Amino acid sequence: MSTIGTSVPRKEAPNKVTGRARYTNDINIPGTLSAVVVPAHRAHGKILSIDTSEAKKVPGVKAIVIGDDLSVLTGDVTQDRPPLAKDKVRYWGEPVALVIARDESIARRAAALVNVRIKPLPVVNSIPDSLADNAPLVHEKNGDYTVATPPVSPKKKSNLADQANVKKGDVEKGLKASDVKVQVHVSLPQIDHAAMEPRVAKAEILADGRVLIHASTQAPFEVQKLVAQYFNLKPGQVIVTAPLIGGAFGGKAAIQLELLAYIASKAVGGQMVKIANTREEDLTMSPLGLGLEADITLGATKDGRIQAANMKFYLDIGAYTDSAPRIARAIAAQCTGPYHVANVHTDVFCVYTNHTYTTAFRGFGHMPMTFAVERAVDELAQALKMDPLEFRRKNAIDIDNMTPTKARLTRSNLGDLPACLNEMERLIGWQGGEVQAVGPHRVRAQGVAAFWKTSSSPPNAVSGAIITMNSDGSVNLSTGAVEFGPGTKTTAAMILAEKLRIPLDRVYVHEDVNTSVNPEHWKTVASLSTYMVGRAVLDAANDLLQQLLNLAAIVLRCSPDDLDYGNEHVFVRDDPHISIKFSDLALGYKYQEGDSIGGQLMGRGRFMIRHLNLLDQETGHGKPGPAWTVGVQAVEVEYDQETHQYRVLKAATVLDAGRVINPQVATGQVMGGMNMGIGVASREGVHYDPNGTFLNPQFRSYKVMRMGEQPQQYLVEFVQTPQMDSPYGARPLGEHAVLAIGAALANALSRAANTPLNTLPITPEMIWQQRRERR
Amino acid sequence: MKSLTKPEQVSLTINQEPCDVVIYPGETLLYTLRGDALGLTGAKPGCENGDCGACTVLVDGVPMKSCMVLTAEVEDRDILTVEGLKETPIQRAFMDQQAFQCGYCTSGFLMVGHALAQDVANASPERTIEWLRSNICRCTSYQEIYDAVSSVVHPERS
Repeated sequence: MSTIGTSVPRKEAPNKVTGRARYTNDINIPGTLSAVVVPAHRAHGKILSIDTSEAKKVPGVKAIVIGDDLSVLTGDVTQDRPPLAKDKVRYWGEPVALVIARDESIARRAAALVNVRIKPLPVVNSIPDSLADNAPLVHEKNGDYTVATPPVSPKKKSNLADQANVKKGDVEKGLKASDVKVQVHVSLPQIDHAAMEPRVAKAEILADGRVLIHASTQAPFEVQKLVAQYFNLKPGQVIVTAPLIGGAFGGKAAIQLELLAYIASKAVGGQMVKIANTREEDLTMSPLGLGLEADITLGATKDGRIQAANMKFYLDIGAYTDSAPRIARAIAAQCTGPYHVANVHTDVFCVYTNHTYTTAFRGFGHMPMTFAVERAVDELAQALKMDPLEFRRKNAIDIDNMTPTKARLTRSNLGDLPACLNEMERLIGWQGGEVQAVGPHRVRAQGVAAFWKTSSSPPNAVSGAIITMNSDGSVNLSTGAVEFGPGTKTTAAMILAEKLRIPLDRVYVHEDVNTSVNPEHWKTVASLSTYMVGRAVLDAANDLLQQLLNLAAIVLRCSPDDLDYGNEHVFVRDDPHISIKFSDLALGYKYQEGDSIGGQLMGRGRFMIRHLNLLDQETGHGKPGPAWTVGVQAVEVEYDQETHQYRVLKAATVLDAGRVINPQVATGQVMGGMNMGIGVASREGVHYDPNGTFLNPQFRSYKVMRMGEQPQQYLVEFVQTPQMDSPYGARPLGEHAVLAIGAALANALSRAANTPLNTLPITPEMIWQQRRERR
Repeated sequence: MKSLTKPEQVSLTINQEPCDVVIYPGETLLYTLRGDALGLTGAKPGCENGDCGACTVLVDGVPMKSCMVLTAEVEDRDILTVEGLKETPIQRAFMDQQAFQCGYCTSGFLMVGHALAQDVANASPERTIEWLRSNICRCTSYQEIYDAVSSVVHPERS
């Protein structure tokens, strides 16, 4: 019997098809109050006054909090963000006041009566605006804020919130040695995670001092620590629960509503208060994914070997830093894409603007970074008149190469990119990058792009697992990982079932995470749960098995070394008839006389990431993650040269998954990732007007993919090169399918339209414009 | 349709059971369903303006976005929510095809799929796509959802 490698439904699947799956906003205690924000309707301005007198008169209003009532500044890295705007507003939609009332409709009515007077200031509405000489400052105190988690390198009296760099070899020499050079400028807008469940948080302060927070968060343990830190509480006092999450994509790793919920509860004497984003608030007020402008210079020899990469990335992080410095370092560390480049100089700048602030987005900066690099790589292949897939194979990073940060690559920590390229060639029926006419004005083209990613996680990230045995010999598995769709809990249960040699339905998992009950898991991010939770589960399983065998050895009057287990029995290896059931040991063993030994069997396990370090601020050298997942993506498009409309016929991914634990779930994860990546590349993007007003805060204006717009065919294959330190060899794959599919689409369409397309989203209008500008 | 100016009791038929609830004028069906009295939280708020379809229920067999329906409008109509689906082929198909990840949009897609399976016999693939365009899923590729619905609506093709 083996569970690993089989397609099993998610543990919670029956609940999800019956309406029984409960999310944060489905669990409400009668009497819960409602909090609503008053948003800023200026992107940049000085707050002159906030008049709450009319709002307070509305019957049912309990309290109104404004920025001046609070002294705390928050931030993952740099503490630059007040939970409610103070003195200044820095983006359209920023919360200015918080109205707490008996129910949401009362709170909204009152919120509309709060009179906020703002003196407009010049708006920093783009990266060039922000970098211009004498640009208005988004933060006058830039460089003076408390840094909670270094490294970060802000520049005073500027809009540069941070700067990171990586240097390897000699980039000038490398460019000189290059026969062919290309320069590419790319420009990508901010995007929204658009999880179907809008963010929601509830908080209550009990009479005994404990603070209960229920939230749609990927990071309950982080919420616990930060709420304690910001509001002078002891971490143990703060108890955070996260039930099932309705999609996350990095957007629910940021901490915003949790703080507002606590502030609201505090303002009304500790009563339970809920704050639930509307869709419009979720887009405008809560953090987005960053925008990017990048200048990429690549050089190669005539025979197609990349010699040098000189890159500048400017991130539109919006009005507050949040996790941008970490993302900047992740971009710097993987800046070459999955290619061996001996000479590298990369600078990454975090640029404040008067746009909605940003946070992690599926891929942690690798999606925009990969777009920039892969456009340049494709242009270079074209300049060399080489098959773009062949060109990538020639330069593919491999074992014994060094990453840009000089981390050593091994067969275990790096997937097999050449194998992925070979498989892709077959899977999509690669045509060598040639454009083919298929009718009057209609052509077909293929595009390819490759990705790599590591976790860029803190060097001290922890995970844990606790297993308790039930009276029937089944087990409960407790971990701190949140479930938002990828089947995290199911995977952990599969790893445990495999180890204990029991059927999967004998492992019980609980949807909710509770920081006071479950062992800590850093954050459910970075596609790390299978690796980190999985290792902790194996550790806990070993602990449990040892207890099982030790107790069985006493009962069976032998040494534990003589024992083996299977079929929910412990048995003597050379005489399996001498055996005892798990269930007879689960709560201790009871002798015939009635006296008993043992007690409940419970395994505990833990895991800590090892051998990582923070990148050196000067050189950027260091090891940012335990392993690099690699893969190749390709599309085939049909393009109309007259209307510039196009249709994606095929989209394909080949990814080195190490070992596929659940093929159907893994395939779904990759297909969904491709769909999101194609949506981002073809239609998504936040629009701001010249005043910085957020123009498209709804799904009718912020377009995401809908049924029927997906490619005619999604193709997925896995290469399996085991990662030796990961459970059963599995490599991370949750985020990855978004990373290069947009670049593959742009590469295909650039060939089809015979114009470099380096701006997203690629709409027919944008192609038309690019072609016109080129003429 | 009743004209309401203050909270008033209305009689609804939900999942074939009559239920009397007190509603406010202007209260949406989504709000009433999810409220403390009924506790039918399978229908989800996703946008509350009809863009996403996560709140879809069937009214007399037709998919309606319950955020766009006033409760007062649907007295004496048959309301079917995801909680009223009992071991239907569409639920099985969603399980088999893994037509969801986070599950938040699932109730809405199930209701549209169930209506297609019930009402529009032999809906063409084009019609099926058109109906399913009313809802948004951010996790899957839609192919899984289409395959699940199609396996029930046109089993002969799959």
